[in-house]
Amino acid sequence: MSTATINPVLEPVKAPPGYVANRAILTGGSRQVTVLALIAVAIVLPFVLGEYRLFQATQVLIFAVAILGLNILTGYNGQISVGHSAFLAMGAYATAILGIEFGMPYWLAIPTSGLICLGFGFLFGFPALRLQGFYLALATFSLAVALPQLLRYKGIEQWTGGVQGLFVDKPAVPAGLPVTPDQWIYFVTLFVTIALFWAAWNLVRGPVGRAVIALRDHEVAAEVMGIRASIFKSLTFGVSAMYTGIAGSLSALSIQFVAPDSFHMFVSVTLLVGAVVGGVATIWGAFLGALFVVFIPNVAEQISSNATWAVYGAFLLLVIYLMPNGMAGGLEDLFRRLRARAPGR
Amino acid sequence: MDLFIHQLFTGLSNGAIYASMALAIVMIFRTTNLKNFAQGEMAMFSAFIAWWMLGLGVPYWIAFFITIAVSFVIGVLAERILIRPVMNAPLLSILIVFFGIFVILHSLAGWIFGYEVKVFPSPFPEEAVFGTYITNHELGTIAIVGAMLLAIYAFLNFTKTGLAMRGVAENQASCKLVGINVNWMLGLGWGLAAAIGAVAGMLIAPVVYLDPSMMSGVLIYGFAGAILGGIDNPWGAVVGSLILGVVENLLGTYVIETELRLSVALVLIIAILLIRPNGIFGRTIVSRV
Amino acid sequence: MTNLSRRTVLAGLAGASATALAAPHVRPAGATPGVTDTEILLGQTMPYSGGASGYADWGRAEVAYFEMINAQGGINGRHVRLISLDDGLSPPKTVEQTRRMVERDGVLALFGSFATSPNSAIHRYVNSRGVPHLFLASGASKWADPENYPWTMGWLPDYPTEAKVYAQYIMENDPDATASIFYQNDDGGRDFYEGFKAGFGDQVDRYLVGEQTFEATDPTVDAQIANLQQSGANYLFIIGQPRTMAQAIRGSYDSGWRPNLMINAGSASVSGTLEPAGLDKAAGIMSVAFVKDPTDDTWADDPGFLAWSAFMDEWFPKGRKSDVNTVYGYCMAQTMEQVLRQCGDDLSRENVMAQAANLRDLALPMLLPGVTINTAPDDYRPIEAMRLQRFNGAKWELFGDTIGG
Repeated sequence: MSTATINPVLEPVKAPPGYVANRAILTGGSRQVTVLALIAVAIVLPFVLGEYRLFQATQVLIFAVAILGLNILTGYNGQISVGHSAFLAMGAYATAILGIEFGMPYWLAIPTSGLICLGFGFLFGFPALRLQGFYLALATFSLAVALPQLLRYKGIEQWTGGVQGLFVDKPAVPAGLPVTPDQWIYFVTLFVTIALFWAAWNLVRGPVGRAVIALRDHEVAAEVMGIRASIFKSLTFGVSAMYTGIAGSLSALSIQFVAPDSFHMFVSVTLLVGAVVGGVATIWGAFLGALFVVFIPNVAEQISSNATWAVYGAFLLLVIYLMPNGMAGGLEDLFRRLRARAPGR
Repeated sequence: MDLFIHQLFTGLSNGAIYASMALAIVMIFRTTNLKNFAQGEMAMFSAFIAWWMLGLGVPYWIAFFITIAVSFVIGVLAERILIRPVMNAPLLSILIVFFGIFVILHSLAGWIFGYEVKVFPSPFPEEAVFGTYITNHELGTIAIVGAMLLAIYAFLNFTKTGLAMRGVAENQASCKLVGINVNWMLGLGWGLAAAIGAVAGMLIAPVVYLDPSMMSGVLIYGFAGAILGGIDNPWGAVVGSLILGVVENLLGTYVIETELRLSVALVLIIAILLIRPNGIFGRTIVSRV
Repeated sequence: MTNLSRRTVLAGLAGASATALAAPHVRPAGATPGVTDTEILLGQTMPYSGGASGYADWGRAEVAYFEMINAQGGINGRHVRLISLDDGLSPPKTVEQTRRMVERDGVLALFGSFATSPNSAIHRYVNSRGVPHLFLASGASKWADPENYPWTMGWLPDYPTEAKVYAQYIMENDPDATASIFYQNDDGGRDFYEGFKAGFGDQVDRYLVGEQTFEATDPTVDAQIANLQQSGANYLFIIGQPRTMAQAIRGSYDSGWRPNLMINAGSASVSGTLEPAGLDKAAGIMSVAFVKDPTDDTWADDPGFLAWSAFMDEWFPKGRKSDVNTVYGYCMAQTMEQVLRQCGDDLSRENVMAQAANLRDLALPMLLPGVTINTAPDDYRPIEAMRLQRFNGAKWELFGDTIGG
């Protein structure tokens, strides 16, 4: 390992065997079949799950989008953010305020909130260019600390609801559809999730994605090859903020309430946990990470209601030790081993 | 003018608190190249250990030094058991391990010792000697932070072990070649940082009261102070923390509403980092391509 | 209004609010959720993790109380089980845990959920769904709104009312004085602040000369105390969690300012706040009370206190007897017990609400003499009476007459 690494975020001190930036468990046709099967399951899900489980499923999708957003920035571009709860809050408040103040329908408010976050993310990403590694982490963390305080600020209370927060109306079910409001918000979330995952999948595999990854792995070399670091890195920041902002928008619609307390800086760390536990720089790792952050706290509470977070922490360490490349990487290894063992291959 | 002087002293004594935390952060960074954000919870846990011993009737200074020793051992063990297995993992995974340690210590402290606030004694007499602007404990904190700073500086710059530890942080391969026991140096770094953290915890607890959340705010300020001054430089970290404490108080008093002062202070730090990316007193790192 | 027509109105309101707030929810005909011949299921959220964990014994005392009731044969032959889940004071988590209890565990009612913003997050949900949302551990004034939110009822005296008591005390007893306020910048703190200002009426500019806030991330509050000291106020009203409050009490004393202090009842615990601040520095502090303070030896032979003490020894030995939160939990659980007893065998959600709004002169053993619980369909404030108390350096001493109620 050379000392030349500009951005050490993802660089292992010694690359573990089998470490590849972009992993793919399945290839070609079988991948498409798997994805379609998963989507089919997701469509049937609301008709078999109880209300509470459906709510949790919606939360998993929302977290998956938010974590994917962080992963685009941290995983693919190597910029650590400990402040994505701020973009979650921005998206959620944008949706709430657009709905209340301007009467904007939710289907318009979701993309508008995303665009607002894209703008803020881009603007924030520009100065952040000069900051690397831990300094960037502090800058983003400051954002996460400052935003809830700003939301409480008396000067803008008439829009943000101040310390009280705002109620958000649940999207109305289109006339004639035989689904409940809970099922409808699930479908809206599912649709947005599929669209965003599809876009991310294509993005990281296209020329833009390669440029972004090249900047992560060796910024100077990438610049020498003609990749404009400033534009690409700021844009990545913007896109990442947009994804997380849309997740915030969906979360406002499904929780029906936004308040400064909902976006404690702890949420930023939760997103980072999801990204790492799921698998850095993988697309579908965001799902695994979302499952972890939504369900493991509940599992931990059942194991010990006195030391819930100690149990949660133990789970966390276990995943990191057993699967240093996250659950996506761990499952991939398992898959590979099974395949190697399977006869006839 | 009276208010100005009062806020200046308050800021300095707050800054000293941040500085004690910042020193532990700098120590671990200089010796392992990692920024351990579980450091605050480790300090909190150390303070609880001392509190437990004091409750058993152990005299203050004996409890003080036993706590430092115990924390040193815990630090070494943490490095051996928790960090060593992920040494070769990506930095992000190590960050998550820190977070794991953070929540485990926080949750265990609450479970074992309870969440209600507890009084932690100060070793300094209560009667104010130097007027009402600054208490004896605050003066004592500043003195101990100064002493720790000198000790750390001397250790890192003038002792063989200190130099070896700095070397390990910067280039492990070369250190191995010259016969330095890298594993032991990393463990030592963690142990010393935990010991400094223990002192910080025992100095901070009398001011903010002892409970599992006592470090949540201090950690943010300690990191901000260390980064402002330069995270690789103990002098910078202390001066940065003091500046942060004073500027934050004066901002909150004269310029903006108090509720926005942390936000504004952080924005200022980022602005400074944009001009001096390695902090005010930090070394500029030239990377070889 | 007769009980019958009241119930019709309630049902009508529930219907109306359901249409207004979300699509109507149709509950399948048949038994009420959470009620069997042998069991009644209740649910609540509590901060068992996070910065407010110090309040968690409030919930633990309630769980323990129903365990005691069950050992004594339950209520009308049914055991009461209170599911108490952690939300870490995060509103989205409150929504998740509440939906779990309502939709999966099928609780009859929510009881005693903690703090303002978590309860705000589920305020609409429980009302559109018609789930009783009773006796919240929060004193925000918005819980007493039977017209718009017929399914939600608070329990504590509301915060603005408490703050007004302090303002009026200053105006009546020390008209030449000036006052200042120091509060946490959150919804609870703001409620007190607005109430305090309202208490001075049009004289607010004359009396209120200093105000400062603090954030949960502030390690110390010395800077704010120095600013307040500069205002030269004679009175300082502090609202906050025990840790910050203890710092502020100690700080205002050590700085030589030493104003007359007033603190909100929720943090007026001797062991939790005043002992850490230093009993000598806390001497003279004023607050209000509506329950018997467990550290006050006035009650040493009081049958209500002895019963509570026996309960703590047998059913909640891990709880601290000096922690007034365990008294709040005990009283709250008794209020819920009374509602369930009044329901008899009609344990529909409508009847639970009707009985919760039909409490008459309920004098609980640990409430102060003169403080009773009264509710009506248009009165969703169970406790309105309180008394002033002053800390004498060792224990709280009541003074003056009962206020309100």
